[in-house]
Amino acid sequence: MRDRGQTKLAFIYLVCILLTIITLFPIYWMVIISLRSKLEIFAGPKLYQTSIFADNYYRPLFKDIYGKFLINSLIIATGNTGLVILLAIFATYAFSRFKIWGSGSLFFWTITNRMAPPAAFILPFFLIFTKIRLIDTHIGLILLYCIFNLPFAIWLLKGMIDVIPKELDEVAAIDGCSILGTIWHVILPVAKPGLAVTAMMIWIFSWNEYLFASIMTSMKARTITTGLAEFVTVIGTNWGEMAAVSVVCLLPAVIFLGYIQRYIITGLTFGAVKE
Amino acid sequence: MRSSQYKAWGLLTPTLCILFFIGLVPFLYVVYLSLFKYNIFSVQGMVFTGVDNFRKLMFDSDFMHSLRIGVTFVVITCVVEMFLGLAIALFLTNEFVGKGVFRTVLALPLAVAPITIGSIWVLMTNPDVGPLPYLLDKIGVNYNIGVNARQAFFTIVIMDIWHWTPFVTLTLLAGITGFPREPFEAARVDGASRLQTLRYLTLPLLTPVILTMLFIRIMDTFRIFDEVWMLTSGGPGTATRCVSIHVVRLILTSTDYGYGSGMSVFLLYLTIVMCWLLLNIISVVRRETRER
Repeated sequence: MRDRGQTKLAFIYLVCILLTIITLFPIYWMVIISLRSKLEIFAGPKLYQTSIFADNYYRPLFKDIYGKFLINSLIIATGNTGLVILLAIFATYAFSRFKIWGSGSLFFWTITNRMAPPAAFILPFFLIFTKIRLIDTHIGLILLYCIFNLPFAIWLLKGMIDVIPKELDEVAAIDGCSILGTIWHVILPVAKPGLAVTAMMIWIFSWNEYLFASIMTSMKARTITTGLAEFVTVIGTNWGEMAAVSVVCLLPAVIFLGYIQRYIITGLTFGAVKE
Repeated sequence: MRSSQYKAWGLLTPTLCILFFIGLVPFLYVVYLSLFKYNIFSVQGMVFTGVDNFRKLMFDSDFMHSLRIGVTFVVITCVVEMFLGLAIALFLTNEFVGKGVFRTVLALPLAVAPITIGSIWVLMTNPDVGPLPYLLDKIGVNYNIGVNARQAFFTIVIMDIWHWTPFVTLTLLAGITGFPREPFEAARVDGASRLQTLRYLTLPLLTPVILTMLFIRIMDTFRIFDEVWMLTSGGPGTATRCVSIHVVRLILTSTDYGYGSGMSVFLLYLTIVMCWLLLNIISVVRRETRER
C-alpha cells in the first residue's frame, strides 16, 4: 500500500514537472535570448546561458526610443487606473446603495463590452479621435481604455461594496458625513484590499493592450506593446533586443501575479466562478 | 428619498458621460457610416447607399474565407483546451506538497500581454533563433511558419492552447474545490469507482462551470488578434487570417471607410448573435441539469 502511494506521488510530481517545463520553457527561452549577443544567437540554439549581454536592454531603453515608450505605457496605465478607480467607486456606491433603473443590465453591459471584438471599434474611434484631436495623446488612450476597464471595475467592486453593511453608512450619516465623506471614511478603508486587486488588474489590462494603442498613437504616446510589435521588420530583426523588450513588457505581470493570482479566475470569468 | 435619487445620479454622471462618449457614440457612428459609400480620396465625399455595403459583404469571398478560418480556429482550440484543461484540473484534485507553487506557474501566462505571447512564440518558431525549427529539423521536418500555411495555422493553435489551457484548468479546479463534500463521501462509502464518481458526480456538477468556460473561450478565440498579428500577421498568404485580422488589414489598407464600417458592424452583429445564442444554450442546459 505504501509503495503504491509512493508510485502515485512520483507520478504526480513527474506530470507536474513536465507541465511546468512546457509552461515556462517559452518564457525561459525569451529570457535567455535577451541575454545573448547577436553572435551568440546565430551560433545556434543553446539551452543555457552563462554570460549576460546587457546591451540588449541598455540600447533600446536608454539610447533608442523604447525608454520613452515605457514611460508612456506607465503614464497611460497609471492614469487609466486612477481615473477608472475614482469613477468606479462613485458609480459602484450609487449602484450598491440606491435603487437605480438599469443596474440589472450592468452585468450584460459588462459582458458585451468584454466580448465585443476591438477590431470592430477601431475605425469609429480613429475617425472620432482624429476629429476631436485626441489622436496620439496620453489622454486619448486613458479615456479610451475606460470602455472595457470601467464596467469591469464596477462589476468587480460591486460585489465588494455590497457586503459592507448599510448600518455603517447610516452611522456615518448620523455623525454628519456627506455621501462623499461616507465613501472616504467608511467605504474606502473597508474595501481597500479588494480595491487594490481591482486596481492591479486594470493596470495590467491597460499595460497589455495593443490594438487600440497601435491605431490611436503614432509617435508621442506610443506604448511599449506597440513598440514591441514594430521589432519584426523586413530588413531583419534584432532578436536579442526584441526579447529584452518583451521581458520588460512581461515584468509587471510577474510582479503583480503574487497579489492578483487568487482573484485572477474570479476576474477573468466575471465572478461566474469564484475561487 | 427624492434627494437621495439625485445624489445617486450625481455619483453616476461622470461614469455615464464617459461610457456615452466612448461607448455609445462610436457604436452609433459606425452604424451610420456603414450606410454610406465613404471614400476619403473621392471628390463625392459620402454617398448614401443604404445596405449596399452589407450586400457586397455577403459576396466577399475573402471575408467569408476569414470567417471560415476563424471558426476552424475556434473549434479546434476550444475542444482541445477543454479536454486538456479538464484532465489537468482533475489531476490537480490530488493533494501534494508544492501544489500552490504549481498553480502560480499555471497562472503566469494569464497575466502576460497577448502581444508578448506573440513575441515569445516568434522567438520559439523563427528559423533564425527558435528551438522548434532546430529540433524539428533534426527529425527531418522542415518547419517554417513564414512559408508553410498548414504549419502556421497549427502553430497559432498550439500558441493559443499553451496560453489559455491554464485558464481553463484553474477555473475548473476552482469549480471542483467549491463542490459540497457529502455526495463524494457517500459515493466512496457506497464503493463507487473513480470513473463512476467522475461520470455521475463530478461532471454533472461541473457542467455549469464548463459551459461558462466554453462561452468565454469561444468568444475570446473568435476575436483573437494581438498574438496572431505578432506571430504571423495573418500569413503566409491568408492561412492564419482570422476575422479580426482581416478587418484590421482592410481598415489599414483600404480607403473605403464605409465598407470598413459595414464589416465592423457585421462583426459586432455576429458577436451579439453568438453571445445571445450561447447564453441561451447555457441557460437551457442549466435548467435541464437542475431538473434531473
